[in-house]
Amino acid sequence: MSPKSVDYANLLRTQYIPHIWCPGCGHGIILKAVLRAVERLGLDKNKIAFVSGIGCSSRAVGYVDFNTLHTTHGRALAFATGVKIARPDLHVIVVSGDGDALAIGGNHFIHACRRNIDMTLIVFNNYIYGMTGGQYSPTTPEGSFASTAPFGSVEPPFDVCNLAIAAGATYVARGTAYSTAQLDKYVEKGIQNPGFSVIEALSQCPTYYGRKNKLRTPVDNLKWQKDVVVSAAKAKDMTPDQLAGKIQVGELHHGTRPEFIRTYQTIIQRAKDAALAE
Amino acid sequence: MKIKEVRFVSGNEACALGAIAAGCKFFGGYPISPSSEIAEFLAELLPANDGRFIQMEDEISAMGSVIGASLAGAKAMTATSGPGFSLKQENLGFACMAEVPCVIVNVMRGGPSTGAPTSPAQADILQARWGTHGDHPIIVTCPTTVQEIFLEIIRAFNLAERFRNPVVYLLDEINGHMREKIEIPEPAELELIRRPAPPQAENWGFPYRRNAEGVPLMPDFGTGSRCHVTGLDHGETGFPTGNAEVRQALHHALMAKIDKNAASIYKNDLFMVEDAETLIIAFGSTARSARRAVELMRKEGRKVGLFRPITLYPIPEADILKAAQGKLKIVVPEMNLGQYVLEIRRILGRDIPIVQVNRTDGEPITPDQIMAAV
Repeated sequence: MSPKSVDYANLLRTQYIPHIWCPGCGHGIILKAVLRAVERLGLDKNKIAFVSGIGCSSRAVGYVDFNTLHTTHGRALAFATGVKIARPDLHVIVVSGDGDALAIGGNHFIHACRRNIDMTLIVFNNYIYGMTGGQYSPTTPEGSFASTAPFGSVEPPFDVCNLAIAAGATYVARGTAYSTAQLDKYVEKGIQNPGFSVIEALSQCPTYYGRKNKLRTPVDNLKWQKDVVVSAAKAKDMTPDQLAGKIQVGELHHGTRPEFIRTYQTIIQRAKDAALAE
Repeated sequence: MKIKEVRFVSGNEACALGAIAAGCKFFGGYPISPSSEIAEFLAELLPANDGRFIQMEDEISAMGSVIGASLAGAKAMTATSGPGFSLKQENLGFACMAEVPCVIVNVMRGGPSTGAPTSPAQADILQARWGTHGDHPIIVTCPTTVQEIFLEIIRAFNLAERFRNPVVYLLDEINGHMREKIEIPEPAELELIRRPAPPQAENWGFPYRRNAEGVPLMPDFGTGSRCHVTGLDHGETGFPTGNAEVRQALHHALMAKIDKNAASIYKNDLFMVEDAETLIIAFGSTARSARRAVELMRKEGRKVGLFRPITLYPIPEADILKAAQGKLKIVVPEMNLGQYVLEIRRILGRDIPIVQVNRTDGEPITPDQIMAAV
């Protein structure tokens, strides 16, 4: 993807910037990847509904010049489902954090995947609840420290992408704030996929996750992302031992299944035919 | 009024038919007794009427989907019962705060908790008013007959749209499942209200700037204005703010929207009130027994009347005061352990004896019980 100039100011509500994110936070990097995807796809700003829940990542919607909806904690996909059903012509993009999408919103996550409704979810995964002060989340690695895990987390984490694939999402990819070129591509393909797409974007939270886990500076965090990942293509030829502790990035799944909105259109036709026949 | 057709239907079916007549285009729900028939009928009726139906994964997401659909321009509703109504409170509060028109039907059943799923109750009165956290505006209406269920849900949609506020529509297991004859008016006979339009369709930057009634002039999503909607305290632009003055003004404006227009939201039905010495105040299906009690006692020459609020909130204080004026006794039957009577006591004070008739065993309050209390 060429880094051709993107008119970010046209896509942002610049009057509300500076944003609330901490110095060194990865969320701005990921938001810019979304804006680049929107620009490259030539989407009409009026036809985008940008929906979020509660948490650091969810504040992204306030800064972009689309139809934006900042909902309740974990419920972004539920609200977004209503938007999409009422206005199928809108491009519905949902941003969510790891706690928002997978703890309190876990039920909505799996059911949006199951329905394969034409929306794109971007999970800003920074392994921590940032806004509430650094508590462990469903993606916090076992043994990592958090304000509610002072002796290390005793819970095994979710693999966001495997969960999405198992639940039925039709485009699933994982990228990082470190590798924006790849992330751009995944977001773009996710929006284009006529079904439910999940892009997990590894973000960094030097303020809470980093401080408690020997990744104090933003650079430490980004270096960690660079070192911990392995491409899915490369991983195919690696042994389980070699893959231990590694995080696979890339396009992890791209399939086709009936999509909810299109299938419901056939229901509308059948109901109208039945009404006429009466 | 020109009648299109006469049908013999249950209250839940009348509710679904009324919603279609009101122009409802979206239902998001989750199965729960004794409300499920509303979802079942709308699953069948909506697609043929340019609407859409979805059964969501839980009560919470059902309410979320309703708000999303409404923001995208659809008249939207859900239906539930006690336990589901509890789960809906979170997003119901969002709809109050973000001023999203929607109708929430609660076919009341016994509680607390799972209670008695297929038995009637009227135990969600105060929850309907104060269920979600924080001070918030709400409209609560409560019909009695199946015909009224059909007509009142149209009014519920009109109020929701006019004030951009959730309307809680309280049925109960009795009138939800009861079958009666209803007359369905010709569509042209019905006055249908749509949310107030913004001053300009495109590039309107003040979704929370208000009209003379105090209702925000918000554009729907996808109509060219790209607005921001949040559950956080916000100003006219919809963007969150920490400004104390703006926040205080928002909270007052939310309440004033309903309070200042309450006179046009109140709706009461008075039966033989004028010369009555004893006044019964009853609503919903309990008002059926109350009316029967009045009829029976009038035959015996006893001066009894019935005040039946159809709008429970905002509470018609002046109307209740007026109806109670000069009465010797007030009787308040309700299928709970004394909820709306708290409001009646607050309004009428201690100068007039107020007798409660309460029942939560899953059986309706009978005319005999009410007559005994009178």
